[in-house]
Amino acid sequence: MEKTPLLSITGLRIEGRSGDAWHEIVKGVDLTLHRGEVLGLIGESGAGKSTLGLAAMGFARDGCRISGGSIDFDGIDLRAVSEADRRALRGKRIAYVAQSAAASFNPAHRLIDQYCEGPVVHGVMPREKAEADAVELYRRMRLPEADEIGFRYPHQVSGGQLQRAMTAMAMSCRPDLIIFDEPTTALDVTTQIEVLAAIRDIVRQFGTAAIYITHDLAVVAQMADRIKVLLRGNEVEEGDTRAMLAAPREEYTRSLWAVRSFARAEQPPATGTPVVSVRGVTAGYGAVDVLKDVSFDIHARRTVAVVGESGSGKSTTARVITGLLPPRTGDVLFNGKALPPSFKARSRDELRQCQMIYQMADTALNPKLRLRELIGRPAEMYLGLNGRALETRIRDLLSLIELEPDTYIDRLPSELSGGQKQRIGIARALAAEPQMIICDEVTSALDQIVQEGILKLLDRLQCELNLAYMFITHDLATVKSIADEVVVMQHGVVVERGPKAEIFAAPKQDYTNLLLSSVPEMDPDWLNRLLSARGGHA
Amino acid sequence: MTMLLSTIAGLVLFFIIGTTTRAALHVLAQEHHKPTFRDMPITASFGIAVILIYVLVALLAPVIAPFGEGEVVGAQYLPWAAPHYLGTDKLGRDMLTRLVYGARNTVGIAFATTALAFVVGSILGIWAALVGGWLDQWLSRFVDALMAIPALIFSLLLLTIFGTSVLTLILVIAAIDATRVYRLARSVAQGIVVMDYIEAARLRGETNWRLIRREILPNAMAPLVAEFGLRFCFVFLSISALSFLGLGIKPPTADWGSMVRENATLITFGDITPLLPAGAIALLTVAVNFVVDWQLHRASGLKE
Repeated sequence: MEKTPLLSITGLRIEGRSGDAWHEIVKGVDLTLHRGEVLGLIGESGAGKSTLGLAAMGFARDGCRISGGSIDFDGIDLRAVSEADRRALRGKRIAYVAQSAAASFNPAHRLIDQYCEGPVVHGVMPREKAEADAVELYRRMRLPEADEIGFRYPHQVSGGQLQRAMTAMAMSCRPDLIIFDEPTTALDVTTQIEVLAAIRDIVRQFGTAAIYITHDLAVVAQMADRIKVLLRGNEVEEGDTRAMLAAPREEYTRSLWAVRSFARAEQPPATGTPVVSVRGVTAGYGAVDVLKDVSFDIHARRTVAVVGESGSGKSTTARVITGLLPPRTGDVLFNGKALPPSFKARSRDELRQCQMIYQMADTALNPKLRLRELIGRPAEMYLGLNGRALETRIRDLLSLIELEPDTYIDRLPSELSGGQKQRIGIARALAAEPQMIICDEVTSALDQIVQEGILKLLDRLQCELNLAYMFITHDLATVKSIADEVVVMQHGVVVERGPKAEIFAAPKQDYTNLLLSSVPEMDPDWLNRLLSARGGHA
Repeated sequence: MTMLLSTIAGLVLFFIIGTTTRAALHVLAQEHHKPTFRDMPITASFGIAVILIYVLVALLAPVIAPFGEGEVVGAQYLPWAAPHYLGTDKLGRDMLTRLVYGARNTVGIAFATTALAFVVGSILGIWAALVGGWLDQWLSRFVDALMAIPALIFSLLLLTIFGTSVLTLILVIAAIDATRVYRLARSVAQGIVVMDYIEAARLRGETNWRLIRREILPNAMAPLVAEFGLRFCFVFLSISALSFLGLGIKPPTADWGSMVRENATLITFGDITPLLPAGAIALLTVAVNFVVDWQLHRASGLKE
């Protein structure tokens, strides 16, 4: 017996405007969703996932328009009804949970005020009842101190709690459908687990249908009943989660599945003087010590991964090494020689030896400079190149990062894709011919397929140029593929360090264990097993 | 009816001037600049045309003007008839001649003043944002103190102290306007200096001067250019106000601002002559802002 679906989208086409021309972002996608079902939408960025998710509410972003197909929600044709009717549905029967709860909450109002707005405006329940309901839902979302957390402002609660508060808010009118747009992408692995478990439970309790948009396969495997794979606005395939994980039909899906197969060859233990050696560093801002007695070494041709949750002091360590934050005690040795604590006191050659690649290539590249100058400047400054020699060097660097020099040399960063921008960040670091590069979360803003490309590139460059890497990340899958040694940090202290194989096989510390076990796996039963193993703790 | 006709005539003229300038620029431009001018909106090309005309008039003033700048050539308040096509003013000087010379004085001084204010204000503002700490405190509090004094009274004070010449006029108004530019440049730059690319450039060991010039200024350009268009117009007002009080451009030097005031009485007789210098200011203001808008649009990367 086929029930009538809650949401059925047929032949949906959405166009986006660039200049005077409209081009299609979603190219004729069908989607059916039954009551109580969770559909996972996955694909790279630019695949049209979010656009499709919003279209399920009959909404198109600014500069976009729905140009064809039909959207039928429980018998209502969302394209035909008036904007007022659509607004009456949104929030009440269809809700939306955005990627960044921190950016989506209004910082000027308390959580509970924002919770109550929907039910009161839609006339579902009066304010007093909505407040009582909020506390109930906060409790169900397993937020700590559910009675009073709603009376705080968004900046007073953590990112993971905020994301759960937002899910509770989406639930406030008991909608039939919720659209989750990458709700856990910005969270640490340990926090992600809690949010995933809470979302999954509440969706089940209320029998709400959901569209779960993500680029993380392991996450979608835990959440969705069915998975739909998108590529550049087209559907690649759709199927039952278990069936599709076990046997993907299409080549593209298989490549998505295989993306984490990259692993760096095992390296013999490093010997000799380390390139960089951090000795008993204590550092902080103001009166607070962010780092406490941190020590580790990085050898040439080796990658040391520094892992930990946000706030654990990973990036502060990088700032100490680069000299942006002079340590209170302890020092940083470079090839056995102590570096001046502040970068201002370092010689040009000392600055050249240690380069940095940033997490957000968007903010790390000056948007007004062309690639020629972005990459050329360090070479010009440190190596005294100019004229033809400089031009040749820039072209060599572009070839090294696998970008065609003639096409790209005069482009602006805005004319590049996310992965290409990150490659330019790498080229800029290489232009200085350093011995050591600090990679600060370089892949966390990228899609998995693009990530793999960057990791392979970094690995190749390391072998060719004898580089030492310090790899800061909270993504343990990345650590698995690229690291030689792992340094685990928590609250500014090195909890554990050692060769990768040792740490992954037999973590000595509870925290390391917690961190490792929190990395989502492709197995759809992983979350269930983990939660029961942790004794019902979310 | 006349209103309607003149409006239509004005619009037609606007389009003709706009399109011909655009075509001319497109033909004259170097190969890699051609697309810039092809996609230029008609308002911008009209603005460029007007600015070019003003510049030409200002440069060639002695050649174009039929009479001498301060020369009394006839009775006062003569009507519009040859050889005084726009009549004469209250001293019997030729109005057309005064308008032409006014372009040279008023526009020249206003431009020099605004440019100076921007060079000083934006460099100091960005420098303060970049270095921060004590330097920022000293500069900013000093600027606050200057801004606390009403601009007109302060400029009157300074002009009384230093005497009134064109050079002191430019320096005084530029100094006062630079404080406003400083505030804008500093706040824009504060948003830029926290970006990773500035950190990267600092770690590379770049000098402050290079950071200001190559890394920060290009990114702060859009709001500064917009402010330039606006401030340019305010400088006109300041000069006119000071001329009115007798401390600006000294007679018999022609200045649009004082020309409006001197001939204001004519308005009561239904003569629009005093509106001509005012119109000249208005047209230039609009033209400058058309061009500024276009530049802003290009700088913000919006393509439409």
